[in-house]
Amino acid sequence: MKNKFKTYILLGLILLIAIIFLGIFIGGVEIAPKEAVKIMLSKIPVIKESFPAGGEDNISDILLKVRIPRVLLALLVGAALSVSGAVFQGLLKNPLADPYLLGVSSGAALGAAIIILSSLPFFFFGIPVVPFAAFAGALLSMFLVYGLARTKGKISLHTLLLSGVIINFSFSAVIMLIITLSNKGLAEVVVWMMGTLNNTNYDLLPYITPAALLLMFIIYMFSNDLNIIAVGEETAVYLGVKTERVKKILFILTSMLTALAVSVSGLIGFVGLIIPHIARMIVGPDHRVLIPFSAILGGIFLILSDMLCRSVIAPSEIPTGVVTAILGGPFFLYLLKRKK
Amino acid sequence: MNILEAKNITFGYGEKQVLNNINLSVNEADFIGIIGPNGSGKTTLLKMLCRGLKPEAGQVLFKGKNIFKLDTGFVAKNIAMVPQDETIIFPFTVFEIVMMGRSPYIKRFSWEGKEDVEIVNSAMKLADVFRFKDRNIDELSSGERQRVFIARALAQMPKVLLLDEPTSHLDINHQYDILELVKKLNENVKITVVMISHDINLASKYCKKLVLLKKGRIYTEGKAKKVVTKKIIKDVYGVNVNLIKGNVLL
Repeated sequence: MKNKFKTYILLGLILLIAIIFLGIFIGGVEIAPKEAVKIMLSKIPVIKESFPAGGEDNISDILLKVRIPRVLLALLVGAALSVSGAVFQGLLKNPLADPYLLGVSSGAALGAAIIILSSLPFFFFGIPVVPFAAFAGALLSMFLVYGLARTKGKISLHTLLLSGVIINFSFSAVIMLIITLSNKGLAEVVVWMMGTLNNTNYDLLPYITPAALLLMFIIYMFSNDLNIIAVGEETAVYLGVKTERVKKILFILTSMLTALAVSVSGLIGFVGLIIPHIARMIVGPDHRVLIPFSAILGGIFLILSDMLCRSVIAPSEIPTGVVTAILGGPFFLYLLKRKK
Repeated sequence: MNILEAKNITFGYGEKQVLNNINLSVNEADFIGIIGPNGSGKTTLLKMLCRGLKPEAGQVLFKGKNIFKLDTGFVAKNIAMVPQDETIIFPFTVFEIVMMGRSPYIKRFSWEGKEDVEIVNSAMKLADVFRFKDRNIDELSSGERQRVFIARALAQMPKVLLLDEPTSHLDINHQYDILELVKKLNENVKITVVMISHDINLASKYCKKLVLLKKGRIYTEGKAKKVVTKKIIKDVYGVNVNLIKGNVLL
């Protein structure tokens, strides 16, 4: 078991690093690998003396201020959404769950939109407000969807998906209403609603990264409990898992993780659905392997999707959420069909 | 000495009263069979004994202590439950499912050790599921699955084993194997057993004591000879039967 973990995670990490570099080199402006490496090395404190920053300044700017942060953002958002999806699927014992379909993402989007579109300040005593607003929205929709789907203590799959869809529609409508009433740039917000990694929120990255890593780490601590809950909640009680408490903790942590992703990238759908599935096909359902592997695979998937978005019709861009939905929609239908 | 005790337990689902003031004392190394018609509260009672359900009134004591006040992991190391059936959606292997029985012993962050693997392997051999230990649980028949859950309960190395109709999906050779296994554990390792059975004859043959439930109350309890009589079966189940060598015949 432990060896399996090491092998898959190691292979995944190697592939991930390769993809990260690919994502950095490829884009509207091609950057030669040699030059890119040189610029990166010239920024590392100890060895920068041996690599004097040469070349054109704008290449260095593209690399350091746009390309690298963007790839890191894709990695982070992909990992966060995939881990959220894996946890939701395990908790609800339902392979069709995902933060986007459950309406959690649109709740987060509503929270974030209220801050972004109103004239409220982005930072409050140095703390970014948007992620917190997104978290409040995510929790709100989680409670609504869960409450609607729960009858006599049981959660029905159909009601759950249906409530998710309804919450999605209602919250999106409210966001649209806020957009109409506010006088900010409509096109920009619409793109954000579709999910994009091309934004000016890179300054949030230093806050989001440690928060997301910490959340994923705490979630990972519960993988064993999650395995048993995914088998059956009653059995989990017999096996000594504090089921109700673990469920509550995981729902809250996962909503926070989703909210973090949404607050920087908008509504990128289906990543949380597809990735845990593919990961499960490769490594099996044990969450001790599945969660870290989903994170890696999600990062890889979103970096690649984002590369498509910015190169296909360069210098214009396709919103990232459009690409993931085009890939994810048919996959969801396939799963739904296969389940019957 | 009694190891498990239900004291004045009352429980209902909504309006419906399921258990009514039940008192049950389980002694160490007992082998108790709970019988009774459908809806008499057998499963509800069994779930109460392993904190699967919380009684509305009354308490369940393990070695004199309220099980809801004890650490959940401690209870899982001492009391194991084999539920009737559970649908498992994710493709865990048989080995992985049985290994979950070790979870009360495995600390957060650590992986199962050599000893855990050995215990799981021997539990799987005892329940005759070792042959298909790498198969996915969702590919098994319900009878095979039932034996996997028995293996998982054995991996918990419990003092008390609770079984909810453990033979309901089994063919006769496996019914016999499983009950012989439970009997052996009861006699040799002194595991205390409480088992629900709808098969009065099997229960009479294997259990040292029977508890007969009717509409959420204990109708009678004691040795099979005392419990399984023509009159009592007629009163509780409403059917006329003949008894041949202590076996119920319709």
